[in-house]
Amino acid sequence: MAGDDAVRALRRDGRIVIVGASLAGLRAAEQLRDEGFTGSLTVIGDEPYEPYDRPPLSKQVLLGRVRPEDTGLPRRRPVDAHWRLGVAATGLDLDGKRVLLADGDAVEFDRLLIATGVRSRPWPHETEAALDGVHVLRTRDDAARLTRRLAGRPRRVLVIGAGFTGSEIASACRERGVAVTVAERGAAPLVGALGGVVGAVAADLQRDHGVDLRCGIMVTALEGDPAGRLRRAHLSDGTVLDVDVAVVALGAVRNTAWLAGSGLAAGPRGIACDAGCRAFDVHGIVTDDVFAAGDVARTPHPLFGYQFISLEHWGNAVEQAAIAAHNMVSPGPERRPHLWMPAFWSSQFGVNIKSVGVPSMADELLVTQGSLAERRFVAAYGYRGRVIAAVGFDHAKWMGFYAKLIEEAAPFPPEFPAVDRRPEGLRPVPAGFPDPALPTHGASVTLTGHSPSERRVVFTPSRA
Amino acid sequence: MRLVVDLNRCQAYAQCVFLAPEVFSLHGEEALLYEPRVAESRREDVLRAAAACPVQAILVDPARRPEEAGSDGR
Repeated sequence: MAGDDAVRALRRDGRIVIVGASLAGLRAAEQLRDEGFTGSLTVIGDEPYEPYDRPPLSKQVLLGRVRPEDTGLPRRRPVDAHWRLGVAATGLDLDGKRVLLADGDAVEFDRLLIATGVRSRPWPHETEAALDGVHVLRTRDDAARLTRRLAGRPRRVLVIGAGFTGSEIASACRERGVAVTVAERGAAPLVGALGGVVGAVAADLQRDHGVDLRCGIMVTALEGDPAGRLRRAHLSDGTVLDVDVAVVALGAVRNTAWLAGSGLAAGPRGIACDAGCRAFDVHGIVTDDVFAAGDVARTPHPLFGYQFISLEHWGNAVEQAAIAAHNMVSPGPERRPHLWMPAFWSSQFGVNIKSVGVPSMADELLVTQGSLAERRFVAAYGYRGRVIAAVGFDHAKWMGFYAKLIEEAAPFPPEFPAVDRRPEGLRPVPAGFPDPALPTHGASVTLTGHSPSERRVVFTPSRA
Repeated sequence: MRLVVDLNRCQAYAQCVFLAPEVFSLHGEEALLYEPRVAESRREDVLRAAAACPVQAILVDPARRPEEAGSDGR
């Protein structure tokens, strides 16, 4: 077949470019070589470092146990790539099959993998964000700066946002004996990811470790002294806090701005792809030479109603990179779908939190093992009568079992008599997720043109 | 040498903590903390820990790369 010949030629001496030199980019590069790709491979990364691991940055590194520069990822194999590090991709010329770089250069490709990930959502007020003492935590450099600051014994750290990153930062502060206030807009820490029931457990955990946790609160302003050093934070309840350091932990923004106007279906929610990691163009037609993987990709997942899901999960980056790389150099019938079971972990305040499935889809949960009060439990999450997710606190050995239940669409509430089932595990309760009808930061798409040949889609980024 | 632990896989059997206590430690009941970069002199310990992991969650650099020879032996 002609198609097979083309793939054979591509594998032999094609040009593959990977934009993004982090976990997904590295694993994809390794997989391409594993698959027998012998052509030229270029990996472009905006940071000047070889691929490094991010999860330790908010844990071992902030605790001062590991230096930020010692987080480089091990290699599964040599990749024989041309590394273009410290230079950002600034544009994509789809027709010309070129990636444009910040230094004015352009790199041509036969196949492109986009693995540009996410960046920290910045503090929205630019002057305040520029104050000395205002930090974010995403990169190695961010971690180095924040660790230095914590080592300087600040009087009080303010963490803005109690998601996983914010909570881990608060945990590290307490372990280092640093006073910390956490301000969270929602009703509890982790409420968006795990719901209000488990969020209440996380709140107790924080307070027991001496965190000054304030929920239902927004930070309205950060105030500096004339020298530009952060001094105070103003909260929505009128409180004024004296703080030396503020860490903005308001989640992440997908790195798709460089693709604006490229014609790809890329926006604030990521790059829409098919389950084989092929990116859609702005019309919703799948491309065959542009792929995406990792935090920046959104793919439909059959287990979860074919919803387009993007996951900022370490394991997702690894798995999706391998699938994308395989599909990039394989003919159609040999391509594989990305059907990863979502899973992540967090360690904070000495507790190992693990999740499988998609908790935020759930309406109810049941504590199937252990007890919320003891902070050792598994909660199974239910959606329309089936198990959709499970969250464990110090129950790592059980997560595989629950992943199997999710894969089998096991009924919810689960029918098995679990080990260590307690009275609170007899009746499901509402999972307590925030109202999905509240406004979001989503982008919108508008149709233009009247006749079928003129009909076009225009992508309109959100102004929020 | 560099290493990474797939903490989705890790189930806190703690075999690595017994075999290479300077590299791996448990934080609380089962949260694993580890040194992602280890002196070459500890390679044997780390390889033993990786081999003993019941869920094979530890990935280690296959060998020291030449360009790292100067900076890796701290």
